[in-house]
Parts: sequence; structure tokens; C-alpha cells
Amino acid sequence: MSTPSLTLSSAPPALRLAGIRKDFGGTQALRGVSLEVAAGEVHALIGENGAGKSTLMKILSGAHAADAGTMELSGQPYAPADPHDARCTGVAMIYQELNLALHLPAGENILLGAESARGGWIDRRASRERAREALAQLGHADLDLDRPAGRFSIAEQQVIEIARALLTRPRVLIMDEPTSSLTLADTERLFAVIQRLRAQGVSVIYISHFLEECRRIADRYTVLKDGETVGTGAMAEVTIDRLVTLMTGREVRNLYPRTEHAAGALVLEVRNLSRRPRLRSASLQLRAGEIFGLAGLIGAGRTELVRAIFGLDAAEAGSVVVGGTPEREADPRGRWRQGVGFLSEDRKEEGLMLSQSITDNLTLTKLGTFGRFGWIDAARQREAARRWVDELRVKCREPGQAAGELSGGNQQKVALARLLEHPARILLLDEPTRGIDVGSKAQVYELIGQLASAGKAIVMVSSYLPELLGLCDTIGVMCRGELAAVRPRSEWSEADLLRAATGGASAAPIA
Amino acid sequence: MKLPIQRLLAQAGPFLGLLVVIVLFAIPTETREFFLTYHNFKIILTQTVIVAVGALGMTLIIVSGGIDLSAGSSIAFTSVVGALLIQKGWGPAPVLAAVVLAGGAIGLLNGAAIAALRLVPFIITLGTLGVARGAAKWLGDNQTVNYDTSPINQWMTTADPFSYALPAGVWVAVGLAVVTAVYLRRTVFGRHIFALGSNEATARLCGVPVTRLKIAIYALAGCYFGLAGLFQLARLRQGDPTVAVGLELDIIAAVIIGGASLSGGVGTVLGSMIGALIMAVLRNGSQQMGWPTYFQEIIIGLVIIGAVFVDRLRQGKRAS
Repeated sequence: MSTPSLTLSSAPPALRLAGIRKDFGGTQALRGVSLEVAAGEVHALIGENGAGKSTLMKILSGAHAADAGTMELSGQPYAPADPHDARCTGVAMIYQELNLALHLPAGENILLGAESARGGWIDRRASRERAREALAQLGHADLDLDRPAGRFSIAEQQVIEIARALLTRPRVLIMDEPTSSLTLADTERLFAVIQRLRAQGVSVIYISHFLEECRRIADRYTVLKDGETVGTGAMAEVTIDRLVTLMTGREVRNLYPRTEHAAGALVLEVRNLSRRPRLRSASLQLRAGEIFGLAGLIGAGRTELVRAIFGLDAAEAGSVVVGGTPEREADPRGRWRQGVGFLSEDRKEEGLMLSQSITDNLTLTKLGTFGRFGWIDAARQREAARRWVDELRVKCREPGQAAGELSGGNQQKVALARLLEHPARILLLDEPTRGIDVGSKAQVYELIGQLASAGKAIVMVSSYLPELLGLCDTIGVMCRGELAAVRPRSEWSEADLLRAATGGASAAPIA
Repeated sequence: MKLPIQRLLAQAGPFLGLLVVIVLFAIPTETREFFLTYHNFKIILTQTVIVAVGALGMTLIIVSGGIDLSAGSSIAFTSVVGALLIQKGWGPAPVLAAVVLAGGAIGLLNGAAIAALRLVPFIITLGTLGVARGAAKWLGDNQTVNYDTSPINQWMTTADPFSYALPAGVWVAVGLAVVTAVYLRRTVFGRHIFALGSNEATARLCGVPVTRLKIAIYALAGCYFGLAGLFQLARLRQGDPTVAVGLELDIIAAVIIGGASLSGGVGTVLGSMIGALIMAVLRNGSQQMGWPTYFQEIIIGLVIIGAVFVDRLRQGKRAS
């Protein structure tokens, strides 16, 4: 029971979280998060990759349940059973990856699952009216309800998705990286939409890596680090530098073996490579024995750059020089022949054949070398696999075991071993430690260091800044498709990298 | 960890299935006397040859993650081609070569269209199902193509029907199965087929020549269908453009019953051969039971569903 004086003096916040904890089989994703969002406020939620933002959002939207802690929505206890329950209670979520049925008209997308119906028949007029109403609320009343969603721009699709979320009259709307694939002009339009929502009393939790954007649109902020709330306050009273300090805070630990590797001859040169829209222009030079780190936000064009170098996606312009001749057209088969190897960021969808054996996965690029005239000497092939399984301490029953049965870390070792067995002298590694445990990470770091010492040239994409700072000789930052800032590691700090990645002072101006 | 029952099924699945259908038909009094005799098995084996040779080609395609619906039409087409050539006085060896190449040509068309138009194999081969059937009727002037005689007629029978010898077709099928099984397991080509079917993106990333490989697979499978067409010709002793309608479904069913996955990357020649045998035993047994053909069709339909369900059970862990 609350005393009258208290309820009079302060309306309860739209959303209040305290002491939220969540464990995933031994790893603590959240270790005590608090968050308070007032009604009609835009609240920026900030933190590095892995700080716990996604887990927190999943708990808020009902996809996960918290292990401990309290949640209140407008003063009422809030414990959603599932995402549908969360929506009905008043918490809606807009994911970074939009969820639209692209073949269906915009109007049907907005109403999907919430159609006005009588006895199973859709009441078209009432439905359209509600869709129109939701769009009007966003200042897009003129959007064509009959055009298929897939024929709208990404920005308009986002509006359609927000309109759908508004149908349930949410009190809290969560937006995860809403501007990551928007142009600057579209970002302005989105901000206008957010301001309208705020004026209507809807609270918006705005998650973004772009700190400048957060400063412009948000009233208040909360910073997460390693699963804890480390700072909260009014946006007007904080500087970007202060936010960066809160986000990073930690000392770079000595997980990273600094092995000696002197840079040798030039082995790879990339000149103005582009593949729009994600990759606008990137140039880099790589020497034998060098580890070149590519930092940047998700969607900044890092993956597109390494894929274009390897010939997995055709570049539109620019050239790649591997040992002499410049080429624009390349294919993976030719690259392997030249001694270039590629590690995919997506182990399950691209990196490995999960239903095939470790042996087959490990030797696929060079099957022809295990015998003559297209025959494979199975004993030699197995022996090669066995050697790497031992060397890298892959935990498995036998090399004949299906790769899909291994843990993430061991799968990654198999994918890496393919490059070693080939053997590649230029290694393009896209997120080599994604989704693997700390022990395996340390092993991968050690391996990368050893490879550089042995004269291999390595390009490494990573979203984890301490890892780049710990391992690389040179780090380049990509921002909105451009590789602008390339400097020796000693000239970078974690704060500089973040600033450059989010389009801050250190990067070249955006056109 | 897999459950013991799953591991048992994985090892012996198709064999168990074959054993079950044989035992089922060995028990009833109507069939008991004749069913388990050598001569009956000779009949069953001979009746399996066409589907078995087709299933070898289809195994390549299904393991690579594809499908070929035009197999039945290809068989009809090539049997008509063979009959016309025999009419013209060609000897067995040139006819054999020409028919196999004709099948290969249809496969080449399938593969090239799949690679060049970037359409799914289901659509392309659904199209060639009609094209090849039409072409067969056109070539045969819309009727069966008859010829006096040819040594090829002897390939699906033995001189003395009661001898213990097996027809040449059976031996060809067995030999071809061994060869196919070996190259599928032990050559770069074979392992690339598995890689393509298991994960096309990985295959591409690892430098497997995906486009060229797809064309080669369909062309080679077409050669098997051509050979099956020749055995079809030998059995009927004429070229019939209306034969083997729907046979592609029997062939696909044999491969699937044999444990291959329609999503690719999984499948064995041995399994496909046992699958083909299971279908033949079912047909043979139901005939001897005196069951009407519609009943056979129902039984075989149910067996296909049952076999794939068992397949799901044994891959339970991966499916979930």
C-alpha cells in the first residue's frame, strides 16, 4: 500500500527494472541491471557488443524470462509470458532485422494477426481505417496500403513495422539499431516519427551504437557494461567522451599474446574496392607477417570488404592485387589457388557442412591433392584431419564425426584448420571468435599470433575492440561503407576506435 | 548423444525394412510356397533393374541437393531412340552408346538450364518431364516403335527361364552400383557432390566449381536414365513413348526409402538399391497375394511415408 502523498508527488515511471539477472548455462549475461524510463521519454540504451543489451531486450519483450529482479510497467508488476503477451500488455519491439511479409500489401502487414473481423471474415473497411490511423499517427497517412511491402524502401518498411506495433497501443516501444541501414535523410524522418510518438506519451527505448544520434534524440540514457548498469542520467548533462568511458571502462587484459612478427613484403593490395550500397570505397595494403584489424559497426561494410576481396561477392569497382596482377573479377576457387583463405562469420550457414565429417570439412579445398586422377587416398586425408584435431585440441570422438555435433568453439577450430591445412598464406578472418567460449578464444588468439610470426598475412574483422587492440599491428575502421582511418595499433585507443566507428571526430567526414 | 535405437536404425535401417517386407509376404499361406523361392527372387531382381539403374543416377542428384522429375520421360525417350536405331540396323554396342548419350543430353540440358537460369531443379525438370515425353511421342510418331529382333532383347531375360542364371541386366545394375558407390565415396567428384548437397555456400567458399559440378551431375545422371531406357526397351522388345509414366516417382521413392535426404548431403548407393528392392518386393508380393493394383498403390504410398518418418527418427537430433 502506498501513501497518498507519494502517489500524488510522482507518477510511476512507464517502466522500471531493478536487479535483473540472467544466466545462460554458467555465463552471466546480466548481473544486476536497473533501468527507469519515464512516460513520454526517449531513453537511449548504450553499451558495447556483448554488454547485455540484447538479453535485456529479450527479457523485456517476453522472449526470455529473468532469473531474478523486478519489472514494473506503470507501477504494475510486469512479467510477460511470451512476446505476444508483452505486446498485449503494452511493450512492443522493433527489431533491427525487419519482420515483414514482403509479398503482402502494406495494409495487410500492418494488421497481420490483428485484423478487424466478423465471424472469420475480414472487415476490410474497418481494417483499412485502423491501418490508416496508425500511419497517420506517424505522419505517413499517404502511404499506399495496397502496394506489397517488399516494394517500399527500407525506411518505409520500418514505418510499416512501427505502424503495426502501434496497433496494440504500446506504452513502451523498443527500437533496436533502427538507423543502421538508413540514409541520413531517412534517419531525420525517423526522428520526426519518434518525436511524434513522444508527444503522444509513448516511451521509446532507443538502442544504438551511434552516440551522436543518441544525444540528439534521447532525453536520458542508461549505459550497460558486462551485464550491469554502469551509468544513467540526462543526455543534456553528459558528453560523448564520458559515455565512451562508461562503455569501455575496462583495461585491456592480457588475453592476447604479443608475439614478435616483423612486417615483410607486400602480399595484398586493395584499391578503392566498392560494392554498393554496403561497401563504398576501401583501400588497404597488407604485408607478410602483419595482422590487419578491421573495426566498425555491424553493417559498416567490413564483411562486404573481405567477401569482395575473396571473390565471394563480385566487386563493382576497384581492384585487388594478390602477388602482382590487379584483378577485379575473382572467384573463391582462384583465391584458394593463390593461397588466400577465408573464414566465414557464419559458421552454420556458410562456414561448415554440418552434416559432413570433420575430415571432409577440413580438406574440402584441396581434395585433389590426396591422390591422383581425382581419387582420394582416404588414409592420407584422415591423417591430415587427425593431425589438426590433435594440434588444435578439437574435442571430438573421431575425425569422422559430423561437424554439426561439435560445440561452437570446436566447430570454429575445424573451420580455421581448413585454412591451415590448405595452407593459405593470406588469411581473411571474419569474426574469428564469434560465439565461442573464452577458453577457445584464447587458443584462437594464440594461433593467430603464431601464424603471423610464421609470416602469414592476416586480415581480421572483429566487433570486439579489446581483441583488435590486443592482437593487431594495424587497425582500420570502417564507417558507412568507407575504410577511412588506418593507423598502427599504437595510435589507437578503444575510445578512438568507437568514435571513428560511430562517425565521430577521427573519421573522414561523411559525404 | 544419439539413443541406441537411433544408432541401430541408422546402421541397419533400409536392411531392416527389406527384411520386414520379405517376412511379411513369407508368412501368409497364399504366398508361402512360391514367394521364398530362388525363381521368385530372380523375377524380383529382374523387375528391379530399371528402377535400380535410375535410382543410381537419382542418388547423385538427390545427394547434391537437387531433384529430377524428368527421369521417367527420359527413359521413354531413350527407349524410343534405341528402337529407331535398331530399326535402322544398328548393332547392340552403338545403340547402347547412343541411348546412353541421348539420356546424357537431356541431363545436360537440365543441368545447364538449372545453372544458367538459376531456377530450382524442381521447376526445370518439371518442364523437361513434359518436353522429353513430347519429344518421345514425336520421334515415335505417336505410336510404339517396333523392330524385328535385336540381341538387346536378351538383356532382361535368360535363355532358359528356369535356369539359375541371372539376366545380363541384373549384373550390369550390380556392377554399376559398385562403381557408383566407389566413386561417390572415393573421388574428388563424389565428395564434391556431398559438399554441394550438404551446404552449397560452403562448397562455393571452398572453391568447389559449383556451376560446372551441377551440370556434370545432371548430365551423368541422364546417362543412367538412358541406360534404364535401354533396359525398358529390352523388356518390352519395342520402343514405347508412353511407357514409364510416373516412374520418376518410384525412382525418387527408392532413393528416399534408402535413407537419402531430400535436402541433400545424405544418401548411399547401397541404401538406394535396397530401396528399389523394397518397392519391387512389395509389388511382387501384393501380386501374389492377389491384391488389386489400387491396393498395391496404397501400400507403396504408405511405405514411402513410413520410411521417411523412420528417417526423421534416426536423424532426430539433427532435425531438432
